[in-house]
Amino acid sequence: MLSRRSLLSGAAAGGAALTLGGGLRPAQAATLTIGFIYVGPKDDYGYNQAHAEAAAMLKKMPGVKIVEEEKVPETDDVEKTMESMIQLDGASLLFPTSFGYFDPYMLRTAKKYKKVQFRHCGGLWTDKDPMNTGSYFGYIGMGMYLNGIAAGYASKSKKLGFVAAKPIPQVLLNINSFTLGARSVNPGITTQVIFTGDWSMPVKEAEATNSLADQGVDVVTMHVDGPKVVVETAERRGMYVCGYHANQAALAPKGYLTGAEWNWITVYKMFLADAQGGKALPNFVRGGLAEGFVKMSPYGPAVSAEARKHIDAIKAEMMKGGFAVIKGPLKDNKGALVVPAGTAYPETAIQLESMNYLTEGVLGSIS
Amino acid sequence: MSATANSKATAAPAAVAGAVDRSYPARRTLEAVAAPLAALLLATAAFALFLLALGKSPADFFDLVWQGAFGSWFSLQNTLQRAAPLLLTALCVAIPAQLGLVIIGGEGAFVLGGLAAAVAALPLDGVWPPLVQLVMAAAGIAAGGAWIALTGLLRARRGVNETVASLVLAYIGIALFNHLVEGPLRDPSSLNKPSTWGIGDANMLGPLPGTDLHPGLLVGVIACLLCWLLIYRTATGFAARVTGGNLRAAQLQGLPVGRLIIAACALGGAFAGLGGMIEVAAVHGRANASLIAGYGYAGILIAFLARHNPLAIIPMAVLLGGIGAAGGLLQRRLGLPDATVVVLQGFIFVAILASETLYGRIAWFQPRGGR
Amino acid sequence: MGALETVTVAMVAGALRVSTPFLFVSLGECLTERSGRINLGNEGVLVLGAMVAYATSYHTGNPWLGVVAGAIAGALLGAVHGGVCSLARVNDVAMGIAIMLAGTGIAFFFGKPYVQPVAPQLPRLPLGFWASAPPVKSALSVSPLFFIGLAAAFAMHWFFRATRMGLRVRIVGDSADAARALGLSIDRIRLFATAAGSALAGIGGAFLSLSYPGSWNEGLSSGQGLMAVALVVFARWNPLNCVIAALIFGAAGALGPSLQTVGVTKGYYLFYAAPYVVTLVILAATVRPGRALRGMPGELSIGR
Repeated sequence: MLSRRSLLSGAAAGGAALTLGGGLRPAQAATLTIGFIYVGPKDDYGYNQAHAEAAAMLKKMPGVKIVEEEKVPETDDVEKTMESMIQLDGASLLFPTSFGYFDPYMLRTAKKYKKVQFRHCGGLWTDKDPMNTGSYFGYIGMGMYLNGIAAGYASKSKKLGFVAAKPIPQVLLNINSFTLGARSVNPGITTQVIFTGDWSMPVKEAEATNSLADQGVDVVTMHVDGPKVVVETAERRGMYVCGYHANQAALAPKGYLTGAEWNWITVYKMFLADAQGGKALPNFVRGGLAEGFVKMSPYGPAVSAEARKHIDAIKAEMMKGGFAVIKGPLKDNKGALVVPAGTAYPETAIQLESMNYLTEGVLGSIS
Repeated sequence: MSATANSKATAAPAAVAGAVDRSYPARRTLEAVAAPLAALLLATAAFALFLLALGKSPADFFDLVWQGAFGSWFSLQNTLQRAAPLLLTALCVAIPAQLGLVIIGGEGAFVLGGLAAAVAALPLDGVWPPLVQLVMAAAGIAAGGAWIALTGLLRARRGVNETVASLVLAYIGIALFNHLVEGPLRDPSSLNKPSTWGIGDANMLGPLPGTDLHPGLLVGVIACLLCWLLIYRTATGFAARVTGGNLRAAQLQGLPVGRLIIAACALGGAFAGLGGMIEVAAVHGRANASLIAGYGYAGILIAFLARHNPLAIIPMAVLLGGIGAAGGLLQRRLGLPDATVVVLQGFIFVAILASETLYGRIAWFQPRGGR
Repeated sequence: MGALETVTVAMVAGALRVSTPFLFVSLGECLTERSGRINLGNEGVLVLGAMVAYATSYHTGNPWLGVVAGAIAGALLGAVHGGVCSLARVNDVAMGIAIMLAGTGIAFFFGKPYVQPVAPQLPRLPLGFWASAPPVKSALSVSPLFFIGLAAAFAMHWFFRATRMGLRVRIVGDSADAARALGLSIDRIRLFATAAGSALAGIGGAFLSLSYPGSWNEGLSSGQGLMAVALVVFARWNPLNCVIAALIFGAAGALGPSLQTVGVTKGYYLFYAAPYVVTLVILAATVRPGRALRGMPGELSIGR
């Protein structure tokens, strides 16, 4: 699709679509149509919004047309949405942004539309998958580690809380990174985790935050799709809170410490440049703080000078590359050695994407 | 229950008047088509006003609905595919409704049916795929049937209200499903999306020849036809309708009311469970949270729109599927939020349900002569 | 604090926090059902009430105006349900589901711009001022809406028992024939009861967005409106029992998260289902086969 488009780029804009025989394809051959698909509402103050904001920035670039669909379930609905974007809107690059879209839905659609490029957020692409597919993700666990340091300094009770949706590797890595960050400040700190069982459950998230507060937890963070409720509840209960996905500082002016945010525009701009330059898109893209895939929220008023200095130093380390949060010797919270001494997994280590334990210091279990 | 009262009221005069007024059955069918169509028109007109008030062009809107839902072979397939699971979940409501029961817990039977089917395929590695699929279907049917039969049992033996029991059991069923899929039955290699082990590519149901549609559509249509025959052409169906029309009369006639209730619930649940099995075998390849997509709840609405007539379920499911299929295009082309189609659905369903009141009001459709 | 104590405090706190929307919706549903009509649409009413209340509070800066607006929005949607259902042959169960769709659709459609902004919240009464333990203090920081809900339950109880209007609602609900013989306007009374019931459900929604969890987004309601139908059966159509049902339901809902904090971490999905299991067990244990439910209005379509 891309090469055909660039061949035709000299043709008069108006008639080009018809000569392609693509019926409903939009007029300008030089325009690249990109489809974004979200699992939840675009404005959830969290995961989906982080993507949608980047898509909105992309929309302003020349030669790009963005088509978006929100609240698309992880069923054959998403296959139909992708096909519809291809067939009716002439999309030639698709970003299905929810983890559950990858297998089998996106892979199946990609086999059907070999000339369309599919890049998925969060999936674990391997070279067995179709070459017109790929995945991208950010090492946000690093941001969670920095969150943990901020929490470690702010906590007086030495009890931290984590409201999580489900015990899956991405979430476990965040819980562990947060805990290890805090324990690098004070090894006596523990993190109580509560699983709500679903990605968006406002009443349960509020209940979880409250029961953490009742337990004496004084800093919370979360991994749910829309962190708004947890952040607001924490602020009302006088707790400190570290954000996730996007900047939620406005929701907790007193208690917001810092937050691990996505910065997807870096990734999308990179794909766009390749597509417009006629280059093959990479299949497996990962990046962290150094690459600008992930960023930290500005510090809130409750972060001490000492904490800022510590975080800035570690962040500088991370920017150099090779920093490992998960390194041996590391025990899980049942006492078993999960990473032997001498082994270190830097953010790029693929092993981290299949994490299945909670580290020492985390109270909770993977059911 | 007015729906069951209807079937009784229309059935009786037909028998009396049929001999004299030969065109009455045709007119009655026409009435059943004309009323909802008029309602559909009214609802779209009202929705057009809604759009105008928001400064959007209704013409563009309906043009896109047509394009997205029916305007091309691709769009039509999109619509039909979305309708497929709804045919079976609507039967889960329509069959017990013949007895006057309001079952709203099909979602639980659907997901548990899917789970049972996925699990049933696991030990059958390397077995002839059609046999595996049959075993999966049997497992789905059994699980779904048992789940709704539990509601029927509570109703028949303990007198627990079936609407409430089925709703509560749906929540419990979904919790059980989540617990099993993310706990004991989880494939440890299903990393970020907890799932059961896959059923294997060989055991997947392929598309219907010449289309992208999975066989669920065909199964659903056949199921609707069979149910129509069962309800309107068999003694059991007649007994069920008598019971639905008048419980006391049925008991006086010596009809096994309790057993009928449990059987109707089991049959309805079996269809929902079969729907779950097809989702697993044709779409997902394993059981996971993707099964909890609200098909069970959508089925309730379709059954009521179809006035619990299995044949009418087909067009109503297509209508709902079409609106869903068009929804994406509306978001993309008009920049309308996804909730727009929910509003449209609300308008249409309120109007169609309200159009029930037109039945029997227009003289031309009514039986003539006789008496 | 010991584990048992922690869970107990959490459940009491949960009962006080989580029960209020259940209380309002079930009271509203109770009123509507006592008039002989069921309204499954209260789920949509709840969501619409939450959105309208949040938006109003945001624009006016007064959360109490938000509560009033939520109630009015609820009453309007309820009036649509009541009005359409008064047409002959229209099925109220199905119409309720259509109203549920329409209500959530309208709420999501117009609610998009209000997900980001923060609206002023309802105040809370610090009834735990005497306590030194922060969990107790926090548990006893109760929304005034909870007490308004309690008052509404007693008022409705008195309304049914002691007022002419209440008697009329009951007659219409128990026997349309008797009501007709007395010359009561069945449709008008049911319309009133449905609109008023939905106004209460709208206040339940306002509690969700303006008190707890105190935020507007599309996932706000997790079926509280639907469960109201179950709670009313549970409560035997008695407003005072609705209070007990809502409290039990709220407490059971707090069980899941608090058990995790004291180390019971396995099978949380099953704990989250506790409220539903409790409902089912109580229903199965208390009804008698072969007999209509005690207290059930005779005209109710789901009651045969």
